[in-house]
Amino acid sequence: MTDEVVLAAENVTKHFAASRGRRFGLGKRPPVRAVEDVSLNLTAGRITAMVGESGCGKSTVARMLARIYPPTKGRILLRGKEVTDSRAYRRNVQMVFQDPFASLNPFHKVHYHLARPLKLHGHARTKAEVDEQVAALLERVSLTPVEQFMHKLPHELSGGQRQRVAIARALAAQPVALIADEPVSMLDVSIRLGVLRLLEKLAREENLALLYITHDIASARYFADDILVMYAGQLIEQGPSQRVTDDPAHPYTKLLLSAAPDPDQVDDEEDTTDHGEPPSLISPPSGCRFHPRCPVALPTCSTTAPLFTALADDHHTACHLYDPATVAG
Amino acid sequence: MPRSPKIIAGGVILVFFILLALVGPVLVDGDPTKTTDVGLAGPSAAHWLGTTQSGQDVLAQVVYGARVSLGVGLLSALIATVLSIVVGLIGGYAGGVVDEVLSLLTNIFLVLPALPLVIVLAGYLPSRGVTSVAAVIAVTGWAWGARVLRAQTLTLRGRDYVQAAKASGERAWRIIFAEILPVEFPVIATSFLATVLAAILAEAGLSFLGLANLSTVSWGTMLYFAQNNQALLVGAWWWFIPPGLCIALIGAGLGLLNFGIDEIANPRLRTVLPKRRKRFGAGR
Ligand SMILES: Nc1ncnc2c1ncn2[C@@H]1O[C@H](COP(=O)(O)OP(=O)(O)O)[C@@H](O)[C@H]1O
Ligand SMILES: [Mg+2]
Repeated sequence: MTDEVVLAAENVTKHFAASRGRRFGLGKRPPVRAVEDVSLNLTAGRITAMVGESGCGKSTVARMLARIYPPTKGRILLRGKEVTDSRAYRRNVQMVFQDPFASLNPFHKVHYHLARPLKLHGHARTKAEVDEQVAALLERVSLTPVEQFMHKLPHELSGGQRQRVAIARALAAQPVALIADEPVSMLDVSIRLGVLRLLEKLAREENLALLYITHDIASARYFADDILVMYAGQLIEQGPSQRVTDDPAHPYTKLLLSAAPDPDQVDDEEDTTDHGEPPSLISPPSGCRFHPRCPVALPTCSTTAPLFTALADDHHTACHLYDPATVAG
Repeated sequence: MPRSPKIIAGGVILVFFILLALVGPVLVDGDPTKTTDVGLAGPSAAHWLGTTQSGQDVLAQVVYGARVSLGVGLLSALIATVLSIVVGLIGGYAGGVVDEVLSLLTNIFLVLPALPLVIVLAGYLPSRGVTSVAAVIAVTGWAWGARVLRAQTLTLRGRDYVQAAKASGERAWRIIFAEILPVEFPVIATSFLATVLAAILAEAGLSFLGLANLSTVSWGTMLYFAQNNQALLVGAWWWFIPPGLCIALIGAGLGLLNFGIDEIANPRLRTVLPKRRKRFGAGR
């Protein structure tokens, strides 16, 4: 295993312009600040989980990394370089979408979905090569007998099978980094583990840098080497998954962990305290975006945004509670 | 494939006319323009649908006219559909300035009144052959389809599978024509059939006004000559009812087919056969 950082985001920000009602309306509408100043590194052979509640900007980060949206600000570096050629970039960075019922074109057969990236990225030229590699891909994602699956249309497959096709399509480009945006959240609980195990196996075998996006911190602990916690478009804590889940620093991470069903805990009773609502991304709260929901907020939290503090070499959080300046003062 | 009665009825009508146009002229012997001295004769064994003022066989004219009417309809619908696909899909997918320009063009053609424009264009045509009439009708008839396809493309553009194709490295033209276009087939088919109908009507209208080539036999020119020779006043119903009925029938057939396709593509439109059921609390 190498420790090479293959994909990095440097201070990426995404603001969506509110498109409706602008042309004839009075003035510009304020943008949706979906992602603000996010930096992350994906390392070959490591699984990084990005955790956060729905609407916090996880998919937007994923889509910027997959070059579906350009970032409003910031840079995305592939092996330390900005790549201008989109196709070269996409050969290296692939994405698996959240909803397997929407991510496969209903008109095209499985074979087509896998053959296109093979041809596009020059991995197979003749028909025989294509057929052989399509079969190999289906084999790798355990869709056997391959002859049978090759000629099916998406609507003939179950959700889990579709997601395996989507994973095979991403692998077809032979990427070095794979972004999996909530790859199991739309699947039946009973088949989630199988799909996650498959992703894990592929990531280890291929030495892929895998970004696993989820709203379920329990699965991140089980599955990932590192965890990034996002809140309202910003990263608020990051570190090795063991540390982050055993010894969370940020109050929001604690909240996420207390809300997650804990398999070690016998007591099944739900925590009934009111955790509040996620904030608006059009006019986010001042200072620390979490302060209106934070049980231990300080006066300074509503006025100044906290910076990242290192708790250990590899464990960082953005919270005034750990900021030496605040603690001293 | 659902056995929609609308599709079956529409299909039967359409197939009938297509067969009529293809093999009819072989079965009906006789030149539709050949004049005889039995003018304005009613239906008889010799002339099943009677004759015109100048003694031409009405049945032969109806059969040959089907070729021209259907031919113009199909040809101009083909041209119009290609135009509307290109303008609608490219505009809808590209967005921005390209879309603004193409939308403006579409809207201009939408608000231009079609028939007067066809009349003006037809007046300037160097030749009034079937092809040029079809082209003129296509030019005035593509905008509606383009508008509908643009709207569809706008919603499809954001779909995950389109984004996924983009993320896997597909070029824009390939996304437009291999990912979006096939999914829009039902819409394209309905718009194609509607354009065929509109073109058949426009051709009939032009011919009826005497603006098409009057030496070609079409249902429209038949009506033109019937009108000019006061067929209605002299009671020669066999002269104008057959072409009129043909136009009405083919319109009904295309319409039925269209409704049927619509229902398959959009199940909420399906006609629910009224079921006999007990109505609780009724009659109070
Ligand atoms: N294409 C878009 N246009 C405008 N707003 C968007 C778009 N995509 C996402 N958003 C907004 O950005 C925010 C973050 O969304 P998303 O990244 O999908 O969150 P998550 O994946 O964490 O649920 C949401 O408020 C959402 O409404
Ligand atoms: Mg999401």
